[in-house]
Formats: sequence, structure tokens, C-alpha cells
Amino acid sequence: MRTDVNKINEKTPHTGLTEGLMMFAGGTTKSFNTGEWRTQTPVFIAEKCKQCLLCAPVCPDSSIPVADGKRGEFDLEHCKGCGICMKVCPFDAIEMKEGR
Amino acid sequence: MSIRERMSGNEAVAYAIKQVNPDVMPAFPITPSTEIPQMVSTYIANGQMDTEFIPVESEHSSMSATIGAEAAGARSLTATSSAGLALMWEELLLAASNRMPCVLTLVNRTLSGPININCDHSDGMGARDTGWIQIYAENNQEAYDNFIQAYPIAEDPRVHLPVMICQDGFITSHAVENIELLEDGTVKDFVGEYHPEEFLLNPGKPIAIGPYSVTNYAMEAKKNQEAALEASKEVILEVARRYEQISGRKYGFFEEYRTEDADIIMVLIGSAAGTAKEAVDELRAEGRKVGILKLRVFRPFPAEEIAKALSGCKAAAIMDRTESYNGNGGPLGAEIAAGLFREKIMIDTVNYIYGLAGRDFTVDDVKRVFGEMEALITEGKKVPQYQYIGLRE
Repeated sequence: MRTDVNKINEKTPHTGLTEGLMMFAGGTTKSFNTGEWRTQTPVFIAEKCKQCLLCAPVCPDSSIPVADGKRGEFDLEHCKGCGICMKVCPFDAIEMKEGR
Repeated sequence: MSIRERMSGNEAVAYAIKQVNPDVMPAFPITPSTEIPQMVSTYIANGQMDTEFIPVESEHSSMSATIGAEAAGARSLTATSSAGLALMWEELLLAASNRMPCVLTLVNRTLSGPININCDHSDGMGARDTGWIQIYAENNQEAYDNFIQAYPIAEDPRVHLPVMICQDGFITSHAVENIELLEDGTVKDFVGEYHPEEFLLNPGKPIAIGPYSVTNYAMEAKKNQEAALEASKEVILEVARRYEQISGRKYGFFEEYRTEDADIIMVLIGSAAGTAKEAVDELRAEGRKVGILKLRVFRPFPAEEIAKALSGCKAAAIMDRTESYNGNGGPLGAEIAAGLFREKIMIDTVNYIYGLAGRDFTVDDVKRVFGEMEALITEGKKVPQYQYIGLRE
């Protein structure tokens, strides 16, 4: 029953799908580019940022990568543009612009 | 060696559950099924079985927990009746679409309203399109036998669908009758241990069950689920043949009683078949050619097999113990008529509604139906196509 789900796509006939559409892999949401849904886009203003990191944990889409204690640029492939990071930022280091 | 006993239908199913000893049973009490979890929890308290019993706060939760346990890799089941089944509605469909081979023992009771606790099939029939396999019993013996066959059907790799084992509330569930039980070891060997291929609590083998499906996949998934239900037909018959070898009792999609040369066949489900058989015996003694087709497997619906079994008779009385509120009769009446039409078998059929909310269905009622059907085929009497039996008029 275990199938390489990476070989399944929208052209796969029904007999080639997994039972009950079970997913035999972890972390597969990474390949779902939810950034396409965005109607507003966050802009990171690095010079205002104090690296307090309040924004990263509130992001519902894990789209604010943190490395070595510092946040980086937004992951716009997955950011849905909800604006929570902008609301939580005490230093106005995030602005929302219209569109994708 | 079989064990001769006296048991109610609920006792019989609880005893079968003890013998199978599944892993998890979440349940919430509702009349007339309450005794099943009550008796199972007594067996557990007495150390006679080691099923994990979860006292949940509703039937929405009992079915959710049954699915969760099954997905985790445990053989699971629950029991309910009537409004309890209605509260499970959303989860029933998920159990089937997630391809969970869990079991539900349903004790058929009418759905409200008017609020009433007695038997009819409106609960089970209301769940007829949820994707569950549904197997109905005439008496305590069949309820016991059907339960023991449930997991071997559900867990077969060709199926992987949930199974509902149904018996009539009070009439079967609470009436004590003779029964032949199997030895514990025989039941355990027949049902076997549960070793699912894929399950959630399986380190190193990540899996997601029931993920969101975009439009490009959902229709294909439904077709696969439907194919599994169709495939369950051969599995149900295989399991029945295997069960006959250990019990001596023969099961199929339905039982044909004195139908071989019958001009009129009555089709019905559940405990009323016992009453109808008594009436048939009396009518046969008078030389009248009548018989009974008692449906055991309602889902998947053996339409073609039923149509062929009716092809030799002149007329069929199709008995529904539920009101479908569609202005066109009951589910059995509609589905059998459709099956006959597809097979181009043009016999007369009349759809009768009987026994709603525990209304008696007697030997005399059966004889009256056969009398009316005889008048239809011999005198061409006009008979209403969709009518109630035992109604005060």
C-alpha cells in the first residue's frame, strides 16, 4: 500500500491514487505554494528591525525563517499575507503592500 | 464443540465482542443498545477481556474516538441506536472515506420524531449512503454470527471499509432466545490478530490520514471507495463460507425461504422475517405458493442477485420498516424496483411500510399482504403501490 506520493499528480488515474488519499510522507505541505492566495504582501524593513523575533512565532504559515538568532526575508512562496506579523511588530519594521 | 445457551441479542453481541477482544471501544449509552457497552465494561472490570473502554461524552465523540483509535492502529468498535447514530453522521462518512475497518453494532430504533424508543429501521436506513457495509440480523444467533464475521470482512485488503452490524431494537436486542455459541479459541482463530499495514503510531513511517483533497483528487477517491464497496461483495461471501466451516451455519446476501416455486415473494429485513416465515408455513400448508426473501446485506446492495432471485415469481411484496419521506415509498421498495427494471424483470411489486416505531407486525398482517398480492395477480385487483400496514384508518 505504501506508495511514493511524489509520483502522484493531477494526471494520475484513480487506480494510481493511495487508499483514502493517505499520504505516505511527512512535511508535504512545503510543496503546496499557498503564497498564491495572497492579496497583500508583507515588506521587511531591515533597518528598523531590532531582531526581537516577536514576529516569527506568530506567523501561521512558518514563513519567517530564523537562523543564528536572526530573522531573514519572508518566505513568499507560503506567506498568505494575513498581516499578523505587521500587527505584532513594535518597531514598524513590517509594512503591508497591496497585491502579490 | 458449540455451546448451547440462552441469550438476548445484546448479550449475544457483547459475548461476541468479549471473544474477539478488540483493542478499543469508545461508547455512549442510548436505549436499546446501552446493554452492549454496559456488558462489555463488566467483562473488562472482571478481567475477562482487556479492551480499552473509553466512556465518552456523546456519540459524536464515540465515533470520532473509534476512527482515531483505528487510525492509530487499534482494532476498534462502538455501539449505538437511533439518535446516537444520527449524531455520528459526519464521522460515519469519514470512517468510510478514510477507509477505516472499524465496526459499529447498531441496535435499530426509530429516529425522532415523534420521540419513541422502539424498533424500526429509520436509523440504519438513514445511514445507508454513508459508505458503510450494513449487515442485518433476524435474531440473536444471526447478530452473534454477523459480528464475528465483521472484522474479517472490514480488514480484508480488498475492502478496508467500516461494517455496521444491525439487529432490531427490543425485539431482538432484549428478547431471550436459544443460541449456539462458538468456543473462544475458534472465534479468535477465525477473526485473527489485527496487523494493519499502515497506521499512525508507526515510528519512521510517516503517514497522514484524511488530508484535505483538492477537486482534482476527490472524485477519484470517491470512485476508489465505491470500488472497495463493490469488492466487498466477494469478501462477504468468502467470509460466510469460511464461517460455515466453523459454525455449520450458512450465510449469503439474503436468505430464500420456500421461494423455489413461489408465485409471491415477500422481501424484508430483520426480525419480522421470523413472523413472515411462520405465516408462510401456514399458507403453504393450505397449498398457497408463497415465500420469503430476507435481506441480510443491505450495503453493498445486491440488486442484481435480488432481481434474479425474484425473476421466477409473479409478484413481490417489498417491506420497508422505515418512512423515507420522499412520497415514493421506502428505500428497499425503490432500490429493488430499480434492480428489477435494469434486469428487465417485469414482475408486479408493491411497497409496504410496516412496524414503524415498534408497531406490531403479526402473522395475520403477513397473510393479509399475501392475500392482497394474490388478488393482484389472479383478479387484477388494483393495489396501491405504496401503503402502510397496521395503520388505524
